[in-house]
Amino acid sequence: MSTIASSNPPSTIPAYLTTTSIGKKVLMAVSGVIAFGFVCGHMLGNLQVFIGQDQMNHYAETLQNLGPMLWVIRLFLAAAFITHIWLGILLKLQNNAARPVGYKNETTQKASLASRTMIWTGLIILTFVAYHLLHYTARLTNPEYASLLDGQGRFDVYSMVIHGFSDWIISAVYIVGVGLLAYHLSHGVASMFQSLGLNSPAWQVRLNRIAWFFTILLFVGYASIPTAVLTGCLTLPGGGY
Amino acid sequence: MNLTLHVWRQKNAHDKGRMEVYQARDISEHMSFLEMLDVVNEQLVEQGIDPIHFDHDCREGICGTCSLVINGAPHGHQKATTTCQLHMRHFSDGDHIYIEPFRAKAFPVIKDLVVDRSAFDRIMQAGGFVSVNTGGIPDANAIPIPKYFAEKAMDAAACIGCGACVAACKNASAMLFVGAKVSQFAHLPQGQVERERRVRAMVAQMDAEGFGNCTNQYECEAVCPKEISVEVIAKMNREYLRAATKKS
Ligand code: HEM
Ligand code: FES
Repeated sequence: MSTIASSNPPSTIPAYLTTTSIGKKVLMAVSGVIAFGFVCGHMLGNLQVFIGQDQMNHYAETLQNLGPMLWVIRLFLAAAFITHIWLGILLKLQNNAARPVGYKNETTQKASLASRTMIWTGLIILTFVAYHLLHYTARLTNPEYASLLDGQGRFDVYSMVIHGFSDWIISAVYIVGVGLLAYHLSHGVASMFQSLGLNSPAWQVRLNRIAWFFTILLFVGYASIPTAVLTGCLTLPGGGY
Repeated sequence: MNLTLHVWRQKNAHDKGRMEVYQARDISEHMSFLEMLDVVNEQLVEQGIDPIHFDHDCREGICGTCSLVINGAPHGHQKATTTCQLHMRHFSDGDHIYIEPFRAKAFPVIKDLVVDRSAFDRIMQAGGFVSVNTGGIPDANAIPIPKYFAEKAMDAAACIGCGACVAACKNASAMLFVGAKVSQFAHLPQGQVERERRVRAMVAQMDAEGFGNCTNQYECEAVCPKEISVEVIAKMNREYLRAATKKS
């Protein structure tokens, strides 16, 4: 029937990580953990907007003053992100190829909707991240932000955020974007432990709860900022937006 | 009871295949699913139609030869049950039942509902064994094994290698099967000598056969007739990472 498939077991650590299904899943999980860590830290940073203009702009300035270190961090995150996306797409294509003929009558026993849509939530997150970088980091979509300065002559991140989210379309894009990110993590956070071998029947239940805890926490944390601007809870230093 | 069967028919590996509809009449609720198919096949033979081909052997739920995806679930929707042990009392008069082969690139259809699962044999040949080259049978109690490890190994060894995990997996991944086989040895003293080599070779062979990658959705665990837990996959992942850090 089928021909004997010859295999080539890995022998070096890079080969262990890149040539087999488990190795690729490990890289997927590690890059996912890094992205997840960033997403949590970034949320805590952003929430300082609620403390006020001075705190927010001071925080942003501190990050800018990291100088070359900032670029080291950015490149590290970019490498993790690219690994994650590259392997995510590759594994998905391999998985589709592993079942060329599907079932006429397919049922799902316990796979969550989030787990079955990881590639799609992932790709939408990717587009969202690209827009977000153009919008607030490179400020190419709204070049007028670049001239915002606060009383101390610092770049006025605080006002930029309020101007940005005063447009309800932009706010809606952000809320949907972070919503899908949180949803991606409702499977991702539990899944990464299993991929790294850190799971047991008792922990499986806990991991699912932990994943949903972070899903809700991240969504509420991130979405609170555009919501606060739209509802008038966060205003420009002189009031209004 | 009377049933309407929608059955996958495929002449050979190269045929495109299609669903055919057959009536199953006067089926007793005491029959097993395979006995029901035997009755239908007798009727088909009388009508001059090629009988439906399907795999079976022990019909006791221990050999892992029977297969079939019944109404979208490998071995049917009954929990912890092989197709040969699935009784018709779980169906009702007038039901439509969809019967399809296990679907995976690594399990090509040979004929109708029979698929070639020799990929599993080749994975076992790659590392699913303990080498004992000579000597008599050792005394069973000569090597003390803590109860905890003995139980973990026995839980994993309950796998009958039927392939339902692959059939159920959204990615046609064989990780529950390979995880069970890796775990059953990794927990025991006898499995230590070839421990790293085993996981390396079995994972590489699994990939070479064209199985998909696990995405931790646990469909496999839900359908496994022996209720193998996905903890064996976590164990295999640990074994694999452990092997990566050792010279062998
Ligand atoms: C900040 C953004 C992101 C975070 C925090 C994140 C996080 C995660 C985590 C933790 C996992 C679980 C890893 C595992 O299963 O072991 C995961 C899986 C995955 N991610 Fe992402 N991800 C992000 C962006 C993306 C993007 C842009 C894509 C686009 C391709 C993507 C596609 C996937 C896919 C396909 C999986 C595998 C799903 C599975 O194995 O079930 N992710 N992600
Ligand atoms: S025929 Fe042996 S397990 Fe079903």
